[in-house]
Amino acid sequence: MEAAIREVLAAHGRLPVDAHTLGEEDDLAEAGLTSHALVNVMLALEEEFDLEFPESVLREKSTFQSIGSIADVIRDLTASQAAS
Amino acid sequence: MTTNGQIQTTPRSSAELLPLSRQIAQEVAARAAGDVDKHARFPSETIEAFSEAGLLGALVPIAMGGCGATISEVGESVFTVAQQCASSAMILAMHHLQVACLVRHGDTPALRAYLEEVANLQLLLASATTEINIGGQLRMSSCAVEPTPSGFRLEKQAPVISYGAYADAVLVTARREPTSASSDQVLVLCTSERTTLEQLNEWNTLGMRGTCSSGFALKAEGSMDCVLPVPFAKIVEETMLPVSHILWGFVYLGVAAAAVTKARQYVQSDARKHPGEMLPGATRLAELIVVYRQMEAQVRDAARRFDAKRHGEIFATWESVSYNALKVGASWSVLDVVNRAMGICGISGYREDSPYSLGRYLRDAHGAAVMVNNDRIIKDNAHLLLVDREEL
Repeated sequence: MEAAIREVLAAHGRLPVDAHTLGEEDDLAEAGLTSHALVNVMLALEEEFDLEFPESVLREKSTFQSIGSIADVIRDLTASQAAS
Repeated sequence: MTTNGQIQTTPRSSAELLPLSRQIAQEVAARAAGDVDKHARFPSETIEAFSEAGLLGALVPIAMGGCGATISEVGESVFTVAQQCASSAMILAMHHLQVACLVRHGDTPALRAYLEEVANLQLLLASATTEINIGGQLRMSSCAVEPTPSGFRLEKQAPVISYGAYADAVLVTARREPTSASSDQVLVLCTSERTTLEQLNEWNTLGMRGTCSSGFALKAEGSMDCVLPVPFAKIVEETMLPVSHILWGFVYLGVAAAAVTKARQYVQSDARKHPGEMLPGATRLAELIVVYRQMEAQVRDAARRFDAKRHGEIFATWESVSYNALKVGASWSVLDVVNRAMGICGISGYREDSPYSLGRYLRDAHGAAVMVNNDRIIKDNAHLLLVDREEL
C-alpha cells in the first residue's frame, strides 16, 4: 500500500523532491506538499483505493501528515467498509 | 505609529472602541478623506488619531496592555471608519490582521514583548506576503530566512507593502530556511529599526488610493525568536484567511453603507419636494436595501462565527470555503449597492461637486474584487469544494 501511495504522491503531489525518496514518517508538508496539491492527492487516493474520505478524516490534520499516516487511515477505512 | 501628540496611557476597554472610532471617523477621517483620495496620500491624521486614542492595540489582550477586543468589535470599528474614508479603514483592518496573527501564533518571549509594545507605544504593523516572480500566491515564497551568527537575515522583493513607508514593523513571509521548499513558509516580524525599505514603484490607482500600497525591496535582520514558531500554513488557515476576509468585508460594508446613506438622503430630499407622489427612486431604494442587508448579514455572521470558535480548534474545509465566499460575495455586493445608489441619485451621484457624489465610493468599491483577486479565491474554492463533504 505504501508503494501505491508513493506513486500517487509522485504523480499528483507536485513535490520539489522525488516522492520515491521519502521515508514513511517524513512530514509531507515539510517536503513541500501544498494544500492545493493535497486536494489532488486526496482525490487520486480515493480513485486508487476505491473509497471516499469522510469529513471526520479530512478534518484530522494528522491524516495526510506522512505516507505512514495515510496508509493507516486507508487500512482503517477499508476495514470498516468491509465490515459494513 | 509613534506621534508627537499626546498618547493615551491607560489601556482602553473594548467597549470604548466603537464610540471613539465613530468620533474619529466623523471628526477626522471625514474631513481628510477627499484630500487623501485626491493626492493618494497616507491618511496620517486619522491613523494618528487612532494611535493617540490608544486604539491600535485593540486586539492585544488586556493582560498585555491592549483592549482585548473581539474580531466583531474591531470589525464594527473599521466599518464606521470606512463610511467616511475607506483607505483609512483598510489600513486599520490590515494592521489589526497583523496584530491578530501575533496574538494567536506569536508565542515566543520576543514576540510577546513586542505585542506589549504595540499596545503601549501604539505601533502600526504592515504586511509583506506577496513577492516579485511569485505574485499574489500567498502560500509560496522565494526568499528565505538566512541564519547568521547573531540571528537571521531576510531580503524580499515585495510588489506591494501597503503603507510600508509608515509602519513600525512588517510581518514578512519567507521560506523557513534557504533549503526549504517554496511552500514551507514562516512568518517573520521585521521591525523598522532593523529593516530597510527601498521603494520600487508608486501607488497610483483608481480607488483605495490612501493605502499607499507601493512595492519595496525589503532587507531585514533580527533575532530568531522574531520568527513565528508555527508553520505559516497554520497561521493562514486559522487566522489570516478568516480575519482578513471578515475585516475587509467590514471595510466594504462601510463603503456600501456610505452609498446607501447618500441614496436615502437623495430620495428623502426629492420626496419633500413632491409630497404624496411615489417616486421611482423610493422604490429603487427599497430594492437597494435588500442587497445591503444581505451583505451586512453575511459579514456580521462571519465575524460572530469566528469569535465563537475556540482558539486552536481545527477549521473544517467548509469554513475556509465560506470565508473565501464572504470576500467574493462582499466584493460583488458592494459594487451592486453603489451602482444601485448611482441609479437612484442620477446625475447628482455622477457629479463630483454635489452633496450626493458617489464617485469615490464607486472607485473604492472596485478595489474589493482586484485587491487579492477574486479569480484566485474562486479557484481556491473550486479546488477545496472537491473535498468538502460537510452536510449543509
